[in-house]
Amino acid sequence: MKKLGSVFLILIGFLLIAVMPASAEEAAGQVAATAAAASVTQAPAVTAEAFEALKNSMQVSIDTVWVLFAAVLVFFMNLGFGMVESGLCRAKNTVNILAKNFIVFAIASASFWIIGWGLMFGNGNLFMGLEGLFFVSGADNSPAMGDAYAGAYAAISWTGVPLWAKFLFQLVFAATAATIVSGVVAERIKFLSFIVFSFILVAVLYPITGHWIWGGGFLANLGMWDFAGSTVVHSVGGWAALAGALLLGARIGKYRPDGSVRPIYGHNMSMVMLGGLVLWFGWFGFNPGSTMGVGDGSAIAHIAVTTSIAAAMAILSSTATSWFLQKKPDFTMIVNGALAGLVAITAPCAFVGVGSAAVIGLIAGVLVVFSILFFDKLRIDDPVGALSVHLVNGIWGTLAVGLFAVDNITGAATGNGLFFGGGFTLLGAQAIGVAAVGAFTFTASLIIWYLIKLALGMRVSREEELVGLDLGEHGAKAYPDFQGFLTK
Amino acid sequence: MKLVIAIVQPEKLTDVKQALSEAKVGKMTVSNVIGCGAQGGYTETYRGAVEEVNLLDKVRFEIAVNDDFVKPAVEAIIKGARTGKIGDGKIFVLPMEECIRVRTGETGGDAIG
Repeated sequence: MKKLGSVFLILIGFLLIAVMPASAEEAAGQVAATAAAASVTQAPAVTAEAFEALKNSMQVSIDTVWVLFAAVLVFFMNLGFGMVESGLCRAKNTVNILAKNFIVFAIASASFWIIGWGLMFGNGNLFMGLEGLFFVSGADNSPAMGDAYAGAYAAISWTGVPLWAKFLFQLVFAATAATIVSGVVAERIKFLSFIVFSFILVAVLYPITGHWIWGGGFLANLGMWDFAGSTVVHSVGGWAALAGALLLGARIGKYRPDGSVRPIYGHNMSMVMLGGLVLWFGWFGFNPGSTMGVGDGSAIAHIAVTTSIAAAMAILSSTATSWFLQKKPDFTMIVNGALAGLVAITAPCAFVGVGSAAVIGLIAGVLVVFSILFFDKLRIDDPVGALSVHLVNGIWGTLAVGLFAVDNITGAATGNGLFFGGGFTLLGAQAIGVAAVGAFTFTASLIIWYLIKLALGMRVSREEELVGLDLGEHGAKAYPDFQGFLTK
Repeated sequence: MKLVIAIVQPEKLTDVKQALSEAKVGKMTVSNVIGCGAQGGYTETYRGAVEEVNLLDKVRFEIAVNDDFVKPAVEAIIKGARTGKIGDGKIFVLPMEECIRVRTGETGGDAIG
């Protein structure tokens, strides 16, 4: 067998060698032909035009590659969420959490394709999109941009990439919002109820508030700025999850009879580490990718650095805060610090300087630790800390634009923030945006969760919760050969 | 002195612990065990293949008690573990010859404490 294989390889080698000169000659021939043609019709005006056309087509190619590359980075964040969430929960619920995080991208793909995209980016009124609603079927002449654009999705015609590149990039964002919910309701929600909610979230709720800010809706007109989605993505996921957590109640055993918090330990810190770094890695697509174009490269470089610096500073401050409050630096707080910094810098990453990004990150790291302890006190059980990371820091990041923005720092005319002499105008718009999106998403989610509770039930039985959702929902264990106590 | 051994359903561990604590029985050793009895195996599926798992997960309590605590301990275990369904478990009460506390060298009932 081995011998046969090597003979085969050698044959392929010969074939390659035989083909190569031929193709090189062919290419050389083509170049010569083009050169000859050019010399015949040489006229300065045509050359400039041709050069412009070539430049434009190269620009579209480069931008498309960049957008797709960023989209797959964000897609990879699904792994990050799955690993962080499963690691921070108990072994007996691992299969369930992995299944939720895997299927959520499929649900988001279906619902965002069917209607979500149209509601979010379709031409419509100030509240929602109306044109080209279903299956991304509206007229569209992308990659034509700006005034040259004619089609149903004018709100996103500021980027010069083909329609499906825009769609894929926005789809992975929508899926991110849905994965946030998964962590908060973990270890007690019925699998089917989660699926139904995620579908509605990505089909309707996320696109509507998204339209307000990114689709030419009333918040965009008001002058609210959210570059990559601290509000559009993260706090929307957070609000939806908060509504769910309130209706679900805390996990069994989270609180002692006297009301004090009983820690429920995550089962695999290596997974949390893996997930935390995968998310950070993915964020290099999430934030710099939201330029949806390379430009001269300065904006994406700037955003990559503000993003990473904020994460790094948030780790330092969350570690210090946790060390001070809890006497020892808690590893889960270190990882959640990074995520908090990343969420907080998501809105301002393109509008603030690197120094401001560091300050935004430092504050995010402190906020996340206090917020996790605060939600525990309120008896809102969030197994992985996603409310503190995505909701609290989504709000903080959005407001931070109003404080730290510098007009035109990467080319967006945001106006200056409060600390840079811009007064309260921008901060006010940001605050209105936070409040409007929060009020709508929280109320609508509460209603939808409640209807799901009536129709399907929300929470698994007490016995199933104690023995674990892996056996109850999926009939399988994550670690059948190693698993210790199912209950403690 | 008696040694009470109880085999109960894993999801009843918290309830049994709670009931024992209410009955003032605060010392126990708990281990994960597998075994089979009257309860049939549950079904586990993996890649579409169905397997009858005949040795089931159970939790085993070992509790050393003085004679006057045998009844409260047994009653507490029943209170915590009973659902009325097959598979609730069993309790064994064994005579215990001696008990020695490592730290002090106390023996007998004093060592159980």
